Amino acid sequence: MSVLVVVEHDRGAMADASLEAFVFARSIADQLGEPVEALLIGADAAGLADVCAAHGAVAVHHAPIAGDYGPEAYGMVIASLAPVLSPSGIVACGTDRGNEVLAHAAAELDLPFVANCVAVTAADEWELTRVQWGGSLNEEARLTSTLPIVSVAHHAVDAEEASAGATANVMEHIVELPEWASRSLIQDRVVLSEGLTLATAPIVVGGGRGVGSAEGFDVLEALAAKLGGVVGCSRAVTNNGWRPHSDQVGQTGTRIAPQLYIACGISGAIQHWVGAKAAKKILAINTDPAANMVVKADYAVIGDLFEVLPAIEQG
Amino acid sequence: MRVLVCVKRVPAPGAKINITDDGQAVDATNLGHTMSPHEECALELAVQLVEAHGGESHVLTLGVAEADEQCRWAASIGVTKATLVDVGTMGWDPQRTATALTDAIRSIEEADGPFDVIIFGNESADTGGFQVGIRTARALDRPMVNAIKGVSISDDGATLEAQREIDSGMEVYRLPMPCAIGVKEGITWPRYPTMRGRLASKKLAVDVAGSDAAPGGQTMVRLNRPEETVSETVILGEGAAAAPAVVELLKELGLWS
Repeated sequence: MSVLVVVEHDRGAMADASLEAFVFARSIADQLGEPVEALLIGADAAGLADVCAAHGAVAVHHAPIAGDYGPEAYGMVIASLAPVLSPSGIVACGTDRGNEVLAHAAAELDLPFVANCVAVTAADEWELTRVQWGGSLNEEARLTSTLPIVSVAHHAVDAEEASAGATANVMEHIVELPEWASRSLIQDRVVLSEGLTLATAPIVVGGGRGVGSAEGFDVLEALAAKLGGVVGCSRAVTNNGWRPHSDQVGQTGTRIAPQLYIACGISGAIQHWVGAKAAKKILAINTDPAANMVVKADYAVIGDLFEVLPAIEQG
Repeated sequence: MRVLVCVKRVPAPGAKINITDDGQAVDATNLGHTMSPHEECALELAVQLVEAHGGESHVLTLGVAEADEQCRWAASIGVTKATLVDVGTMGWDPQRTATALTDAIRSIEEADGPFDVIIFGNESADTGGFQVGIRTARALDRPMVNAIKGVSISDDGATLEAQREIDSGMEVYRLPMPCAIGVKEGITWPRYPTMRGRLASKKLAVDVAGSDAAPGGQTMVRLNRPEETVSETVILGEGAAAAPAVVELLKELGLWS
């Protein structure tokens, strides 16, 4: 028996989120006294076995199906291999793809799936802690299942190698998928930005209602450009039409985890906070010293962002 | 075109979410209720699809009798039919919820004909199970993709093109219809109800159904508040005079070049 990690990748490029799934899977496997194994789906994922080994997989199962990512096809691969590999549990990271693929697999297997866990006590019956309200509340839950299927909340654990340079035994599995499973494969891609994004930038400069207008974001753009970061915003800003929704940081926008988040004129409503709290450090710039964002931040400057930001930019 | 939108009644909390003493629910004593933000956009999308392609939109919800309020809100936006699966509680697990929705959709489709598109929110704002739409779509044998932020229908009405926002741009899926999608906030800008819409919502006949779906394998024990590492906020200064301290901090973090 083993704990099986479903590895997320994009056309052969490992998603960093998968490394968090390995850490979470190892914590479960240690409780059960079992090893971790990995599942790579897609012909283009063949090159990822060594990374899986370095992150603790003693065996790597590879299902080299053709074509790009598709939630139904990937879910069916897991559902087909589950009885063959008979793991003690299946783990992925709770990203868009991770949660979606496990949900499809669980639906096919008619088994429960618990999304966005932060802790597991594995015994005959698993006891889990999972997030609700985007991370504002925790739910203690009990899972009754012949095969526990869980995702770990993204950014809940830090990625960490298990044994650098380790190698794993790679096993290839040919999975015959039903024709219908290919109806939801990616058919095309539109590239909108080549550079830094909210999810990858080391610095995010975020603006809230206090920025006051679309033009007000010019000072945030200038500082972000100087620091090599990108601009984000709160829900109040997108609701006012000052920035596109793709810039929104929060429960219903992007969840960020930069080295530093500079939150300017943001009150810190929970919807925003849960999307920003994975930042390593937070600097709040606000006229109100009692603002939730200021109270929760690591650092704060009390003052008008239109005076503070240009002064920082000029060094 | 026949479009179904599935929504969930959830509390609308302010700056802090309180839990009832028994830990079984969010304390909604002083809270209003709404639908999840993703679903407000799903609702708007359903109405827009019918405006563009003709047909009929239908809202489906599962929960307490008070979810009638969310059905009427949908009608005030332009939805013309509504079904409420009244299970008397808001705490049904994902498998049980999906089974009940599947049964309800089958029964609506038997009466009124099949839906061309079924729209879910990507995940509910409260429990966030990330699976009810997918389970329901699988049970109904409809292709389903989650996390969608753009939609268009092909000229021949046979394909729904769905776009998913990723870090560098968009992934494009082309789903044969009938199909299902889970959408994210930002796919549409929800409109406000018009006076005519508000009047229509009062007249809406909400079809109330029950469900005998069996519980699934996930059981909530209790809710609690995560421990937050409360860091003492270091005040770097006031106004522009604080800039040197900020630059010093950026240098310390290796983020100043």
